[in-house]
Amino acid sequence: MKALAGRIFDAMRDLAPIVVVIAFFQIVVLQQPFPNLGDTFVGLVCVILGLALFIHGLESGLFPLGEAIAHAFAKKSSLIALLSFAFCLGFGTTIAEPALIAIAAEAAEVVALAGHIENEVSVREAYALNLRLVVALSVGSAVVIGVVRILKGWPIHVMIISAYVIVTVLTFFAPHEIIGIAYDSGGVTTSTITVPLLTALGVGLASSIKGRNPMVDGFGLIAFACLAPIIFILVYGMIA
Amino acid sequence: MEFLVGLAMSFGSTLRDVAPIVLVLVVFQALVLRQKLPRLKQITSGFALVVIGLSLFLVGLEDALFPIGETMATQLTASNLATTAVEVRWMDYVVVYAFAAAIGFATTIAEPPLIAVALKAESASGGAISAWGLRLAVAVGVAIGVSLGCFRIVTGTPLQWYIIVAYIIVMIQTVFASRTIMPLAYDSGGVTTSTVTVPVVAALGLGLASNIPGRSALIDGFGLIAFASVFPIMSVLSYSLISSTLAKRKHTPRKTEH
Repeated sequence: MKALAGRIFDAMRDLAPIVVVIAFFQIVVLQQPFPNLGDTFVGLVCVILGLALFIHGLESGLFPLGEAIAHAFAKKSSLIALLSFAFCLGFGTTIAEPALIAIAAEAAEVVALAGHIENEVSVREAYALNLRLVVALSVGSAVVIGVVRILKGWPIHVMIISAYVIVTVLTFFAPHEIIGIAYDSGGVTTSTITVPLLTALGVGLASSIKGRNPMVDGFGLIAFACLAPIIFILVYGMIA
Repeated sequence: MEFLVGLAMSFGSTLRDVAPIVLVLVVFQALVLRQKLPRLKQITSGFALVVIGLSLFLVGLEDALFPIGETMATQLTASNLATTAVEVRWMDYVVVYAFAAAIGFATTIAEPPLIAVALKAESASGGAISAWGLRLAVAVGVAIGVSLGCFRIVTGTPLQWYIIVAYIIVMIQTVFASRTIMPLAYDSGGVTTSTVTVPVVAALGLGLASNIPGRSALIDGFGLIAFASVFPIMSVLSYSLISSTLAKRKHTPRKTEH
């Protein structure tokens, strides 16, 4: 109970900047009264309570879960099992991601308007669905590569910088309209529940393998999961 | 009543988002690992808390913050429309840049995945990296990124040049960065743009792009998320460079001459 009170206090502190910024711009800059002050207050209470519960559940549930799984896989030492788990986790969490569904539909619209595909509903839907599959496959493969990196202890900066170079080169050849969507897609594929789980998995793996350091090797899975969709959408835009 | 319906719908959509994760976990647990997880009861109740908390959080955001945030974004971007000038001057939108920076900073501080990664980084580094320091560094990065992204929409300059230059700066910083901070810095690009930041920032981008003559919401409205993903990498690398330099200076005090 006392722990939860502390979490609620933390959540209030975390949300204070948003309240201050919105109040300042509403009152001082736009000089307008607040609409539905009652609703806003109830909503704010929900946000604070929700954030407190989420963080509490994170520390008691998600983090231990990710670590337990990492240890279990490390003990089992079956590479194929671990890598297929990594792929399924990346693919499964991405394919149903609402933000990705929205961005795929927008991409189909933009590309159709530019005349790269026929502007018909069925064509656009097929384009959007394929795009989602491509992104989900890319995130799945990215998590696999990230896990292999943790196991082997490869230096992350070489891999990330190569990815940057690939993105830069592809940008010159990809259709102009798809570039903004591709760049944005990196940020939207990693959801609120995937991030803690991947982080705990990475740190758990790095700390249960001899010779790996949780800081140097444990982080980085999310970075891979963010860069892969950019590369794959640019390629998809060039081919499709 | 309306509120309860909203809460139920939010709960439903969170469950749907979680379903694939749970499915993967259960299948691998049952077929591959086949051993009892330690502290299973605690993990299950924690997972339930995560789902309940996230649903409450999202329904509250949709009720309280998003309507105001989106209205403000539209009003701020439209307020300059009165000037019938054909030419768009970037100075006319200073208030928008300021709002972008402030709201980018504020929403990032409240971003749940960032809190998660920061907590994990603090515990994995044995306290060498402070969760608050990391979150502040990331939030400053998002603030600069979103603000610059708005400037780009107003000026209509190509997105790729900004992002490629940002990549080059990150590469140069990487040369000087310590190996322990690098993976965390790269990760922080992906965790910033989530539940809280994306809707408000996207509304800002779309508002700007549709109100400025000659910009298309569909093409120029994109890109703010990309800015918000690259700049935190820079700010976290800078933060680590600055804090390690300061720490070094503290440990080796200059000889005082008499």
